[in-house]
Amino acid sequence: MSEAHFESAERQADAARLGMWAFLVSEVFLFAGLFTLYGAYRAAWPEAFAEGVRHGAKMLGSLNTVILITSSFAVASSLRALQEDRPRVALRWLLGTLALALGFLAVKAVEYHGHVHEGILPGGHGHHFATLSAPAGQAAFFTLYYVMTGLHALHVVAGAAVLAWLAWRLHTGALDARRAHVLSNGALYWHLVDCVWIVLWPLFYLTGGQA
Amino acid sequence: MSGRTPDAKAADTGLKAWLTTRDHKRIGIMFLVATTAAMALGGVFALLLRLELLMPGETIVDPMTYNRLFTLHGVTMVWLFMIPVIPSGFGNYLLPIMIGARDVAFPRLNLASFYIYLVGAAITLAGMYFGAADTGWTFYVPYSTTSAAALVPVLLGVFTLGWSSVLTGINFIATVHTMRTEGLGWMRMPLFVWTVYGTSIIQVLVTPVLGMALMLIGFDRLLDWGIFDPARGGDPVLYQHLFWFYSHPAVYIMILPAMGVISDVVCAFARKNPFSYEAIVWSTMGITFVGLLTWGHHMFTAGMSTFGAGAFGILSMLVAIFSAIKVFTWVGTLYKGSIALDTPLLYVLAFLFLFIFGGMTGVAVATTSLDVHWHDTYFVVAHFHFIMVGGTISAFLAALHYWLPKLSGRRYPERLGRLGAAGVFVGFNLTFVPQFLLGNRGMPRRYFDYPPAMHTLNAISTVGSWVLGASMLFIASYLLRSLLRGEPAGDNPWGAAGFEWRTSSPPPVHNWTGEPPFERGAYDYTEGSPALEGARDE
Amino acid sequence: MSDLLRQLLMLPDPASEAAREIDVLHFVVLGTTLVGFLAVACVTAWWLWRYRRRGDRPTERVTGSRRLELSIGGALLTLFVGWWVVGFLQYLDLQDAPEGAEEIYVTGKQWMWKFAWPSGRAVVGVLPVPVDRDVRLVLTSRDVVHSFFVPALRMKQDALPGRFTRLDFRADRLGTYPVYCAEYCGQSHARMGATVVVLSAEDYADWVAGRTPATLVPLLKGREVPDVAAEGGLAAEGRRVMQRVGCLACHSLDGSPSVGPTLLGLYGSEVELQGGERVVADSDYLTRALRDPNGQIVAGYDPVMPSFEEQLSAEERVAIFEALRALGDEEAP
Repeated sequence: MSEAHFESAERQADAARLGMWAFLVSEVFLFAGLFTLYGAYRAAWPEAFAEGVRHGAKMLGSLNTVILITSSFAVASSLRALQEDRPRVALRWLLGTLALALGFLAVKAVEYHGHVHEGILPGGHGHHFATLSAPAGQAAFFTLYYVMTGLHALHVVAGAAVLAWLAWRLHTGALDARRAHVLSNGALYWHLVDCVWIVLWPLFYLTGGQA
Repeated sequence: MSGRTPDAKAADTGLKAWLTTRDHKRIGIMFLVATTAAMALGGVFALLLRLELLMPGETIVDPMTYNRLFTLHGVTMVWLFMIPVIPSGFGNYLLPIMIGARDVAFPRLNLASFYIYLVGAAITLAGMYFGAADTGWTFYVPYSTTSAAALVPVLLGVFTLGWSSVLTGINFIATVHTMRTEGLGWMRMPLFVWTVYGTSIIQVLVTPVLGMALMLIGFDRLLDWGIFDPARGGDPVLYQHLFWFYSHPAVYIMILPAMGVISDVVCAFARKNPFSYEAIVWSTMGITFVGLLTWGHHMFTAGMSTFGAGAFGILSMLVAIFSAIKVFTWVGTLYKGSIALDTPLLYVLAFLFLFIFGGMTGVAVATTSLDVHWHDTYFVVAHFHFIMVGGTISAFLAALHYWLPKLSGRRYPERLGRLGAAGVFVGFNLTFVPQFLLGNRGMPRRYFDYPPAMHTLNAISTVGSWVLGASMLFIASYLLRSLLRGEPAGDNPWGAAGFEWRTSSPPPVHNWTGEPPFERGAYDYTEGSPALEGARDE
Repeated sequence: MSDLLRQLLMLPDPASEAAREIDVLHFVVLGTTLVGFLAVACVTAWWLWRYRRRGDRPTERVTGSRRLELSIGGALLTLFVGWWVVGFLQYLDLQDAPEGAEEIYVTGKQWMWKFAWPSGRAVVGVLPVPVDRDVRLVLTSRDVVHSFFVPALRMKQDALPGRFTRLDFRADRLGTYPVYCAEYCGQSHARMGATVVVLSAEDYADWVAGRTPATLVPLLKGREVPDVAAEGGLAAEGRRVMQRVGCLACHSLDGSPSVGPTLLGLYGSEVELQGGERVVADSDYLTRALRDPNGQIVAGYDPVMPSFEEQLSAEERVAIFEALRALGDEEAP
């Protein structure tokens, strides 16, 4: 469509922002279904789930929380810099965000590798489950663990890809202060990825209770 | 929005111009063509199902083929036809015009929606044809995780279709919020826009939950993750909760836009303002949100808690009230009108009568103790076909006849139109009224065979399906002929006040030449209404 | 009157008082629907005629009064909620068999229904029940979801894998009534039937005791009816299962202390859990205990019991419950 498609640039930014929010709500519901499943299964297997949490990689999970919160700060700083018309600074913050995203994925890979090594695979597969007193509940726990953190990791990858594209546009100068709402949308998505993790963190790493 | 398509290219009629168009009107028409083809396909499956049930015993198909056929029928009708047809088809074409915009907020995303739909439809149908899915459109576990058929392609196809649905929803929400022309406040919007808006909200909220549930079945089939497997700590009933959390609101995705069509058509042919605009708006929003909380009434007999059964029961009653309010408002609109019984209004009447039965039997099956008998019987089959066929397809046909001149600039033959409407009404009732009685009698759904005592009712129902099928063919034939050779309709053949009739038919590439003339309301038929001026000129 | 309506609506003859009560609600609901439909249809037809188009004239603007809308909406809501109240009360009634109901175990599998009695009786496809007595069916499934549907009783309940659900009724008319599977379960879903046979008290007692009353002879023809009674019934079978899977290594049957609580007198008694909560050790609790033993552990014991979720079939679990129930009737010393 021609440039006259929207009545004004402001309206265009409004539409883009609203569209992004609608998409984020949709994403929240994607995870909400899984949270529901987690809640129901935890109610059915309280002890097995607590045991599963205690078995989780608490340090790695918490490290990832720090990484993601820092990255949210970085992307917010990038946006602020762009709004203040300092695109080079914005680019630097954005590259920092990307580095943190990759760091998150690396930590995640180490964590998964550790579990696979222990013989914990989704679906109750792996030799770890043979040694357990209540394998069924723990199987449900670890399957959910892989599905939920895996789906989240997929969102990290998607978010990082968007941020990389935005960084490229910043680099070439295609993205400037007048179009800051595009970066703002990318940042919004990144915050969502962060928020989802903030909920996953206690569910899979913290709420193990006493052994 | 960096595309700089020249208007000249947008007006081009070549195949390539159509396939790469970002014009919401063309995307809408492409959706209409694709979804109508899907309806025809789903209809053929339905006729085959009814043919098998003409006589007791195994007749034209074996049990497994029958199971695959009802799966095909359900999946095709729900995801390829019912969900997209009115919002993505008519909604796409009309929503921007009705709010005085030149296009939707994200035209490229809109085209992407269409292609995602096509890809999803192709994967689904190919997957069903080669994979022989036999789970029903509900994919209940553990049957769906253990069935010998290949299910993953179908799951992937439906998952893909879900994306199309979500993207269209996001697009329409942003469009309604940000693209309304100067001075068009929320409470002046055409009612059709309101219902498509409500539908979009539902699509955005619930579709991901279905996607996720289907994904989990996919993991189970591909990798044996067993997340709903009781032996591994899972619970098959939770799948049903997730499924119906989507699929009950999906009913409102199918019926809400149909209600919007009815609201607009009834006003146009009664030449009256709606009896209560606010009532329709608020009941639309009521259905949108309360509809999200009623899914559990599909599971009264699945071993849910009595508290759950009670809560889901009463919330369902509340949703029914919103629908009832609409019915009264439509009837009230006729009062002191100037009514022309043209084909679109005949379909509105069909909708009204069938929807009352469909809705009231809905209240009946939401009544817990009655549902214990009716659940999963032909009573429920009849109930939802009264809503989906009697409701949505009647509205779809009303919309086709009402807006055909808008889309094509041509008219259909009125007498044939009335004949077709009568055929549909008779065929429909012959097909589905006996199914209520079969349900009472205790015939469960998804049966290829039944006791001989149920033969008469089944035979009547099958004959009815022939009448219905023949009527649909008849309608298709004269509509196609009108598209090619119908007499020119002029810009506003109905003398309707709706905003969409204030531009030429079909509209120019950017919908409006100059500012959209929206000073008088979309339902204003009082003295001096421009709609009536136009009608008098002819 | 009711019988006439039933014939018009093609409802099968009811075989229980609950079914008759449900039918009354059915008549009220459908009758109201019909009256409402006729009222709307008449008004519509009248206005269609009265206000038919006569030339292109403008119409006056008419807006419904809010009070009218609210009162119509309110009246309907009252009506619907009334139905809901009656329907929900009936539903609650269906859920609750009084103490002492005759329990029968029902197992669905592709594509048959199997019935088992505590006495050890078991048969596929035929369900003899006593007349004028409360019956509780305890349902489960060996494979996919099935649904046990008896139109004459107006009742239906899903049978789920890995869970037990209940269906309570009290048949009051002798006769045979068809059973259908109402939840789609694959190829022969349409042929997964059975027959409920309502027997007189004497005939039913005969059946449970291992004899075959004359009314059942034609129905049982060609069906295998193993005579487990000779081996001590379901409870004895349950003890054999417990022996085999190893329950008795840690739980005694005679009240003597061991690694785990004794099973004597356990069933139906109230036990105190770790943390002070008290629960009744019924089949729900025991189902949970077999799945996740350490989730609700009895006070004073260590969480050492493994889960038996994968080791026990539905029938074996049923047998264990019967054994525990038999032990529960005895007093712990």
